[in-house]
Order: sequence, then C-alpha cells, then structure tokens
Amino acid sequence: MTEMYEHIDESTLDGMRTLVTEEAVEGKTVLLNMGPQHPSTHGVLRLLLELDGEYVVNCVPDIGFLHTGVEKNMEAKTYTKAEVMTDRLDYLNTVGNNLAYCLAVEKLVDLDVPPRAQAIRVILTELQRIASHLVWLGTHALDLAAMSVFLYCFREREMILDILEMCGGQRMMTTYFRPGGLWRDVPVEFEGAVRNFIKIFPARIQEYEDLLTNNPLFVERTKHIGVLKPEDAIRWGVTGPPLRASGVKHDLRKVRPYSGYEQYDFDIPTQSDGDTYARYLVRIEEMRQSLRIIEQALNKLPYGPVRSNNRKYVPPPRSEIGTSMEALIHHFKLWTEGFPAPKGSVYVAVESPRGELGVYLEGDGGPKPYRVHWRTPSFVNLQVLPLLAKGHLVADLVALIGTVDIVLGDVDR
Amino acid sequence: MIMDWALLTEWTIKSLVLIFGLIGGFAYLTLFERKVLARFQVRIGPNRAGPHGILQPIADAIKLIFKEELIPAKADKIIFIVAPIITVIPALIILAVVPFGPDIRLFGRTITLYISDLNVAVLYIMSVTSISVYGIVLAGWSSNNKYATLGGIRSTAQMISYELALGLGFVGPILLSGSLSLVGIVDAQKNVWFFLYQPVGAFIFWVANLAEVNRAPFDMPEAEQELTAGYHTEYSGMKFALFFMAEYIKMIAVSAIAVTLFFGGYRGPLVDQFPVLGPLYFLIKVVAFLYLMVWVRATLPRIRYDRLMAFGWKLLFPISLGNVLLTAVGIGLVGITGNNLWLWFIPVSTILFFLLVSHFAQGAVAGGNK
Repeated sequence: MTEMYEHIDESTLDGMRTLVTEEAVEGKTVLLNMGPQHPSTHGVLRLLLELDGEYVVNCVPDIGFLHTGVEKNMEAKTYTKAEVMTDRLDYLNTVGNNLAYCLAVEKLVDLDVPPRAQAIRVILTELQRIASHLVWLGTHALDLAAMSVFLYCFREREMILDILEMCGGQRMMTTYFRPGGLWRDVPVEFEGAVRNFIKIFPARIQEYEDLLTNNPLFVERTKHIGVLKPEDAIRWGVTGPPLRASGVKHDLRKVRPYSGYEQYDFDIPTQSDGDTYARYLVRIEEMRQSLRIIEQALNKLPYGPVRSNNRKYVPPPRSEIGTSMEALIHHFKLWTEGFPAPKGSVYVAVESPRGELGVYLEGDGGPKPYRVHWRTPSFVNLQVLPLLAKGHLVADLVALIGTVDIVLGDVDR
Repeated sequence: MIMDWALLTEWTIKSLVLIFGLIGGFAYLTLFERKVLARFQVRIGPNRAGPHGILQPIADAIKLIFKEELIPAKADKIIFIVAPIITVIPALIILAVVPFGPDIRLFGRTITLYISDLNVAVLYIMSVTSISVYGIVLAGWSSNNKYATLGGIRSTAQMISYELALGLGFVGPILLSGSLSLVGIVDAQKNVWFFLYQPVGAFIFWVANLAEVNRAPFDMPEAEQELTAGYHTEYSGMKFALFFMAEYIKMIAVSAIAVTLFFGGYRGPLVDQFPVLGPLYFLIKVVAFLYLMVWVRATLPRIRYDRLMAFGWKLLFPISLGNVLLTAVGIGLVGITGNNLWLWFIPVSTILFFLLVSHFAQGAVAGGNK
C-alpha cells in the first residue's frame, strides 16, 4: 500500500521538480504559496502557484488541512448515532448530507418513508440548496470585491436558517432527517415561514442579478474565464452546476429521482459556454427552480405520520413509551445497542448543491457500519482547478476557486 | 517687521489648521465610510464606542499606536520604515494650494483661505500626488514578500496608465480659465461651473482619481481577495496606519481638487455677501464626492489589472486627448466669433465624441479575455 501513496517532499528541490516546471527551479518563474491562510481560498485550501508575472503557469492544490476523519468516525458509531457526523461534512448542505445518509441506511435495511416525511425532506433540502447557493454567490461576489452582494445574500440565508432552526432546533447542524423519516413533525409556523420566503425571494434574486448579471465589470471578470469543456468535465468526473454549465444536462434529481422528486415539475438549467459566467447563470437559475419545487411540495404536502412504523429501526414516539412495554424495549435497544443491518453494501447518490453526493455503506450484520465512504462533489470538482487556472491571472484564480464552489469540510473528510 | 511676524503667524496657524483638519478628517472619514457602507449593506456599522460610534476613530487610533510593529527579518529595514513616510507626506501637502473660501477679514487683516496661491498649482498637484506611488512600490519591494511585491508592481502599472488621463483632465479647466493657479480657476467659475463645459473631462478626471487613490474598483495594489493585503501585507501598527492615513487623506484631497476644478470650489449662492459660507459649501461638496467614492466601493466589483491598463490606454487616454482638442476648438471659436455661446460647443461635441469612442472601443477593451 505504501508505494501507492508516494510522499512528495516539497522542501527538497527534487520534490519540487515533480510539481512545477524546470523554470521555477531555475528561478525564472515565481513560486507563490496561496493559503491555507488566505482570504479567498474558502477555508483552508492551500494552492502552490507557479507564476510568470501574474500569469498562473502551474497550480497545485494541497488539501488535508481540515481532515476530520468523519468516515472513520462513522464506522465506530451505530447507524443512528453516526448521522450527527454527516452534518459536519459539507456544512453548507447539512440536511442534504442527512438525506443522502438516511437514504443509504433506508436502502440497506429496506425501510419505507411516509410521504409527508419525503415531501418535507424535499422542501428542506431545496431550501438548503438555495442557502448554499447564496453563500456561494455572496463569497464569489466578494472574491471579485462586490462586497454588498455578500451581505444581501446572507440576509436571505438567515431566513432559511431560521426555518431550519424552527424544524430541527439548530441553525446548521440539524440532524433533522432520521433513517425512516424525520426527527419530529414540522411546527405549525413552518408553512407560513416557507410561504413568506417564497413570496420575498424572487425579488431578491432579481436584486442580485441587477447588481451582477449585466455589470460590465462582473461580466469582464467571469466571461471566458476558466472554460471547462464538456468532455473534460465528464473525464474528470465533475458534477453539479459546473457540469451543467458546460452543457451536459445531468441532474440526479431527474436522472435517478429519490425522495419523490419525480412528482415535481422543474427544469434543469444548462449553459453551453462552460465559463465562470455560465456557472453563475446556472446557479442563479437553480435557485429559481428550487423555489418552484418548494412551492409545489408545500402545496400538496400530505398529512400523516413523519416516521416509519417499523419499530425495529425507528424509535417509537415518546407518548407510547409510558404505556407500551414493547415500545420501551425498542427504545432501549435502539438507543443502546442500535439496530443490526444486514450484510451487504449500498451506494446512494443525491444531487447536492455542489454535485453528486454519494454515500457508500457496507453492513456486516452488526449495529455499526463496516465501511462508510463519501463521494463528495467538492473533492472531485476541486481536481479540475489546475486545468481551469492554467494561463489565467492570479486575480482570476480567486474567481475560479469561487466558481468551483468547494466546501473544505466536504473535501477533507 | 511686525507685518512679517503677523504673516508668519497667519501661515503657521493656517497650516496647522489644515494639517490637523486633514488628520481629523481622515479619522472621521473612516467612520463615515464604515457607517455609509453599513447602510448600503443592511448593517448598522460601528456603534459601540460612544454614541453612534463617534469615538470609534479614537479607539482605532489607540489600538494602532500601541500595537507591536513587526519588521520582517529579511526586509530592507531603512526602506521599510521610510516607505510609509514617503506615502503620507505628499498626501498631507497636496491641499496647500487649494482655496477653501474667499478672502475674509479678521482682526483688521485680510485673510486668504488658502496656504499658497502658487501660479503653477496644477503642476504642483500633479507632481506631488505622483510621489506617493514611490512609497507603495518601495513598501512592496522592501517587505521581501511576494504578495507585497505583486501589489507594488500593480501600483506602478496602474500609475503609468492613469497619470496621463489625469493630467489631460486638468487641461480642460486650465484652457477655460487661462490660469494654472487654482485660485484663478475658482474665480473663473464665478458664473458657470466648469463641470457644465467639461462633463467628459470631469468624468475622466474622477475615474482617474479613483485609480490614483487606489479606491475601488481600482484597488488592485491592495486587492484583499487576491493579494491578502497587497503592498502593506507585512506592515503593522502605526506604519500600517500611515498607509491607511495616506489613502484616506488623498481621498479628501482629490475630492477637494475635483470640486475646485469642476464644481466651482467654494462658490455657491451668496458667497460674495457672506464669505463664511465659502468653506461650508466647499465642505458639503467634498463630502458629496466622498460619499460617491463609498457608493462606488459598495457597488462595483474590482476590475482586473490588465483590463485596467487596457481601459486606461485604449479608452481613457484617447477620450481625454479628444476632450482637450475639442475644448481648444471651442475656445478658439469663441475667440474668432467673439460670441461666448460657442463655449457650449464643448460639452455637446465632447459627449458625442465620448459616446462614439466608447462604442467602438468596447470590443478592444471589454470581452478581450482569452
């Protein structure tokens, strides 16, 4: 195994030779260390840059500064308790991570989810998608020094976080979705709050567009910058908005619908240019489409339970514990020992705001997963950054880091 | 002898008032900017130190003065220390030639509200403002930091691209007033502000000014998102504060110069009857321009620095040349016909020229990305 991971020692000249061109070793080009403490690397990404003037000759991403060992940690916890780790992966898409994990567990143990829970999951995941895109838009604009957009985006994101807090009691790390349904039903104020958001938000998207879409300075900074050809995108396994901005119409919500996405009518926005501007347009339009999904889901939100009745996997409601012996036993068993999952492996992928978020779970018959692996979109999408950055200026590089939309918690797990 | 002594006192007092006014203005300009930006961005802004945060600049000053000053081990120490001084002194002395108001009578003496009526005041401003770029380049170079060096290089590129348009922006008012002295230029605007004769000149002058003082969207030398802090990355404490001070004092200075050249300086209704109104009008106009600067910062993304050079050379420079030419033609027509109405030929023709050039130059400047 050790030969596979050849250690590159940057501190020696020979180690450097493998990463940069010979000119850098001779001193004709400049090596610049960007990050991990840099205002525009969106967390703790480190880039080793080889610059000719301000032009990027080579860009070597160096990841691992936020390594948390989430995957390994999850293997030491029962299926129920491991879920709290999922929030910490991509901290801008927490309920989306919950959803992927819950779908995987439900597939592994063959558990049904009531329709009401499915609809609420869709509403919250789409709200989270908007919130994530808002953070992306704000930081992307901030990277290009359009600082006001950042605060406008966070104003709207706050409304979404309030809704999440209303449901799960937490603003970000909700762990609100559970295998078999939800933790509890949404509160009565939920519908009003979401409807209020749906009413307000279209005008707010228009506001961001007024500031950016036709702004010559913004267009100049993004158009023809970091063009990703569709064949390159597919070859590198890029998913999500960057893939769709290159003209490939691929969205797991349409291709492999889950959690009832097939019931909703929405479009997959695509662009053909594959540049930073196209990725911007795709994400803006995705926010509008998410609103459509939320509205439809809310309009036909069914009544009924939000948790599966399968007591072997799903804890009984609080009211039953005091009256039913079986409920008490189930509760005790589920929260101490956990439920055993059958031997076998599943892979479930959902469309996160950043692309295909996949969970691989392997059960060994015991109450803890034998192996958990996350296929995270940030990690895969980040790999094209050197390809995009080559030949551009340092100033464009910050736009490119923004446009790939990485979350370092999602890259290092 | 008595007279000389009185004159000396007058000059000293005026200089002190100007210098301390600028330093105080700098302190409160930072608060003004933060408050206005906050309003643009649905925030509150500083409100902890004193009522409405009015003591915030004092708190900032105390913090910066007592902060440890680090000099990087491999920095060129002397230049590292001299660079902020080179940057801040020109900023402080630019305003010496700008008149703040008409002559007033105090204690039986006629007091002029300017330090010096230099007959080549415009050239003085041009040369003094350019000096501070040396401070920025030297700061970037002496820090021995790659980000700082990039910032320094950017500022030279920026300066070269903008000085010409800025200089040609001065020419319009000079031609119209026939004077290189700012006092003369203000007096020539008694009836009509030069802004009306020189709309294009004023616009180009203002854009070039933004680049001159490294303000958004031309704040490339310190582009925080790209170069962490650009040329002042390694500076801390009071040395950093000096750069900060230079930038903000220059904001005040260029606003004052723009007001003087194009917006009638201290002129306004009833100024001749009540000379005290002069400084007040002047202050209002300067604050309006400062507000404009903050507004631009809140709204616009940063332009990329190669685009900035293309913009400076391919768009601003030809337009300002054409502006000078058309202004001269207009003045020539007045001379030939003797009819002052021909002066209105200048704004009409320059605006048409501006639209024409910017229409054709669009392809050359924008959308040229590889």
